[in-house]
Amino acid sequence: MSIVIKDVSYKYNPGTTYEVTALDHINLEIGDGEFIGLIGHTGSGKSTLIQHLNGLLSATEGQIWYNGENIYEKNYDKQGLRTQVGMVFQYPEHQLFETTVFEDVKFGPKNQGLSDQEATLRAYEALSGVGFPDEFYDQSPFALSGGQKRRAAIAGVLAMKPAVLILDEPTAGLDPKGRDEILELIRDMHERSGNTVILVSHSMEDVAKYVNRLIVIDDGRIQFDGTPREVFENYLKLEEMGLSAPRVTYLMHRLYEAGMPVDVAVTTVSEAKQEILKVLC
Amino acid sequence: MLRDITIGQYYPADSILHKLDPRVKLFSTFIYIISLFIFKGLSGYIFITLSLAIVIRLSKVPFSFMIRGLRSIVILLLIAAICNLLLTPGVPMFQYGFIRITKIGLENAVLMTIRMIYLIIGSSLMTLTTTPNALTDGLEKSLSGLNRFGVPVHEVSMMMSIALRFIPILIEETDKIMKAQMARGADFESGGLVKRVKSMVPLLVPLFVSAFRRASDLALAMEARCYHGGEGRTRMKPLKYHLSDYKAYVVSVLYLVIVVVLRFHRFSL
Repeated sequence: MSIVIKDVSYKYNPGTTYEVTALDHINLEIGDGEFIGLIGHTGSGKSTLIQHLNGLLSATEGQIWYNGENIYEKNYDKQGLRTQVGMVFQYPEHQLFETTVFEDVKFGPKNQGLSDQEATLRAYEALSGVGFPDEFYDQSPFALSGGQKRRAAIAGVLAMKPAVLILDEPTAGLDPKGRDEILELIRDMHERSGNTVILVSHSMEDVAKYVNRLIVIDDGRIQFDGTPREVFENYLKLEEMGLSAPRVTYLMHRLYEAGMPVDVAVTTVSEAKQEILKVLC
Repeated sequence: MLRDITIGQYYPADSILHKLDPRVKLFSTFIYIISLFIFKGLSGYIFITLSLAIVIRLSKVPFSFMIRGLRSIVILLLIAAICNLLLTPGVPMFQYGFIRITKIGLENAVLMTIRMIYLIIGSSLMTLTTTPNALTDGLEKSLSGLNRFGVPVHEVSMMMSIALRFIPILIEETDKIMKAQMARGADFESGGLVKRVKSMVPLLVPLFVSAFRRASDLALAMEARCYHGGEGRTRMKPLKYHLSDYKAYVVSVLYLVIVVVLRFHRFSL
């Protein structure tokens, strides 16, 4: 179970005056069970890249291999790929349409050709998996709060039991509490199922705490790829790209410059606290 | 796929045509359309073609852009031409079974097709060189006389400009919704008619919900800035005629006169 992206380029409106190169020779390998954060500012190409992974966009150049199969082969089952590589888009409003939340979650499994009974079972499983309160199962999805809509949308994709889950800005428009809840939910799901999860975001702070691998994309090219610690060492370069490292990185660097022998590579507040205490005591 | 829609598309360029007052452009497009229906004979045809070519040249818009607008009506054109060709009564020029082509029919078909193509090119020339906002401004100003008869000109033109403004936004939104549903295994491309219509529901419901939400947000934002309709409303950029606009008026009228003269002149071919 792995995704290999080989020399992929993508151009919007090729051959016209509006031609824009969104991806520029991307090479990437995504292994089984990884928890990846994909970071880039608006317009960096991150959304374009993930839409290649389930075949919604087709690369202008290059190949993508999923589990050893080239997805651009003529007879490749793209419909099947989309249920394998589940993708939750940024705005839940773009996918919720049924009369009740429950029916909406059943939409994916039904498209997979499952019977109504199986779809119902999947929907129960998915909704309880994302911690959706069961008194709202029969509510209209349009009457939900932002956080609940997001949960319903994630459940709608999880119900198809994808092996890879991609979430595009799952925390956009949520308050800090809702954001933490969703991110923790995603981490828990990852730990429970061992699936590959790709979290797309423009905020380092959100993602750094959770993922094991960070990929930074800028101007259609991959700039950094490594553990959060490794990536944040380049915090000055990240700034040039319009991104910023977590605030603790800045703090630790300041402390280090001021003569305190701390480890500057810590990524979270609690790690920083321990590090400072260790040096002080 | 949806990006190909070009309704009301504006092509930014720096040309004389782009700088003209929208009212002049509306007027001359109107004159041009009239001329298409009164011209007759080869001389008129040559004159109109030449004039159109000159204006296209002046606009600095690539010709391929105008052709793109034609692509969508090719089928319509074909049907019109074939009907004209086959159904016009008269002395048959050519007969094979039930297919009977008359001289008048052939003439009509050719003329009709040319008229339609010229019509589309001419009017897309206007929309390509005028921003939608300028266009509705011009329309509002030109039709403001109708206010006296109780026609809400300002409201109608405001509605038009808002509608035009939202076309690209809604197209983009449709694209996103389609992708979100395709990611859940929705299939918009295969199946019979009933299945296809049914598959539109997951697309249309979110689209309508979002359109209504946008409309109410916009209404709220407008009211918050004290919008209350056209009465006593001033403009940031009022439409003002320049010398070139008057020249354009004169040229349009002269053009019409020449077309009329060519039609009724006894030497016309």
